[in-house]
Amino acid sequence: MRLKPFEFLNPSSLEDVFELLVRYGNEAKCLAGGTDLLVQMKQRRILPKRLINLLPLSELKGIHKAEDSLRIGALTRHVDLERSAFLEKGWNLLALAATKIGSPQIRHLGTIGGNLCNASPSADTAPPLLVLHATVCLSSLKGNRQIPLEAFLTGPGQTGLREDEILKEVILPKPPEGSLFTYLKLGRRKSMDLALVSVAVLVTINPERKTFEQVRLALGSVAPTPIRARAAEKQLGGNLIGEEAIREAAETAAQECQPMTDLRATAEYRREMVKVLVERAVKQSLGFPIPPTGI
Amino acid sequence: MIYPMKLTVNDELIELEVPAHRTLLEVLRNDLGLKGTKEGCGAGECGACTVLLDDEPVNACLILALQADGKRVTTIEGLSKGSNLHAIQEAFIRHGAIQCGFCTPGMILSAKALLERTPNPTEKEVRRSLVGNFCRCTGYQKIVEAILSLAKRGDG
Ligand SMILES: Cc1cc2nc3c(=O)[nH]c(=O)nc-3n(C[C@H](O)[C@H](O)[C@H](O)COP(=O)(O)OP(=O)(O)OC[C@H]3O[C@@H](n4cnc5c(N)ncnc54)[C@H](O)[C@@H]3O)c2cc1C
Ligand code: FES
Ligand code: FES
Repeated sequence: MRLKPFEFLNPSSLEDVFELLVRYGNEAKCLAGGTDLLVQMKQRRILPKRLINLLPLSELKGIHKAEDSLRIGALTRHVDLERSAFLEKGWNLLALAATKIGSPQIRHLGTIGGNLCNASPSADTAPPLLVLHATVCLSSLKGNRQIPLEAFLTGPGQTGLREDEILKEVILPKPPEGSLFTYLKLGRRKSMDLALVSVAVLVTINPERKTFEQVRLALGSVAPTPIRARAAEKQLGGNLIGEEAIREAAETAAQECQPMTDLRATAEYRREMVKVLVERAVKQSLGFPIPPTGI
Repeated sequence: MIYPMKLTVNDELIELEVPAHRTLLEVLRNDLGLKGTKEGCGAGECGACTVLLDDEPVNACLILALQADGKRVTTIEGLSKGSNLHAIQEAFIRHGAIQCGFCTPGMILSAKALLERTPNPTEKEVRRSLVGNFCRCTGYQKIVEAILSLAKRGDG
């Protein structure tokens, strides 16, 4: 598979990038790891006239810890997430999801910014970031603005990014003390596959009263964007921990998602699997015994 | 438009001029004649094009040559020293881990990247490190055995 010719722009600063975006508008595309963009260009799904190479820009790299938050540069690769010592406690959910992406080769190229800006409903970093209450910092000549990730992801392949903007970084507030969490991804095979359904869960519990406190659930691949399963969350929050309650919430989650039928799976199958995976994910995060699954 | 760039390929510094749409894989195979690196899918799925970029495994079919400007590339041709094969190449031969050989260069470079970070991998770690390298012949078992035979056990 060959690429069609295009012009390669090598900005040396963020200002350069912004100016190029203003000058060329939708004729130019930003290039990060290229694992989505170059495939789409080879398949002739998009044919940008110009690519703006973001890779050398150190302003977009690195994970920085502030007192109560973590700032993750857009160019942070999946392998950097997997290995970062900063991604501890609740934040580790993101590292866990990164290990489930593609192959080592893809994880050495693909970035968190590319994963979010490509805005696939199956993007594996999105459900964990949704339950971690991530915001994204978007940047242009006009300055920075921050919006919740949930508002940024607007549809399949669609985001709140304006033509003159780039995604600069992802900001994570501190997760609640004692967060329990997990990420489950169901594909057609164990690896090298996009999610048919994925579930991220983050909960806190009150051990004395044996109740759930905070419950956050997000689902991938079962709606036009990765989504929070808010009705299921409400059903569990503050209530007694128990198998029956978890099963009922999983059913609610299966009702509130909007899966589609495509070449890879039917809507009915996806809905059924939301039920199975949400139950399993909540139980697993609580340390309940669950059958071995390999996912 | 043609752009100048530099690349250190198997320890040799090379200066060349490429159009923007040329991938690293095309430069290696067509400009430099290093045909050990294979093209299977051209889309990041099969791993036949795996090379090490600054010692990390990547799909050469999904990188523009210009994105590798100034970096170090290791291809399968860079592993042997004269007529002495690399230990991983020897292990693949010894264990019968090669049939048609199309996947082999990529497999060996993925194995090299694994063993450099994790000198004593478990079988699970070996299998996980190869998920991006498809083999349509061997059934993987002998490849896994070949790599495990190189694991540095204990503190020895
Ligand atoms: C074989 C294979 C397997 C894969 N498996 C998975 C998987 O299991 N899970 C998964 O989630 N994904 C998977 N992917 C998809 C892809 O690897 C990821 O989405 C990756 O994170 C994309 O990042 P990138 O840096 O390569 O993005 P690029 O391809 O460089 O960019 C993607 C899009 O985002 C835009 N963009 C990138 N960075 C910015 C920025 N900072 N600001 C504004 N716009 C930007 C680009 O213009 C482009 O439109 C796979 C891809 C391949 C080829
Ligand atoms: S040719 Fe590059 S992954 Fe298949
Ligand atoms: S030996 Fe033929 S593909 Fe692996």
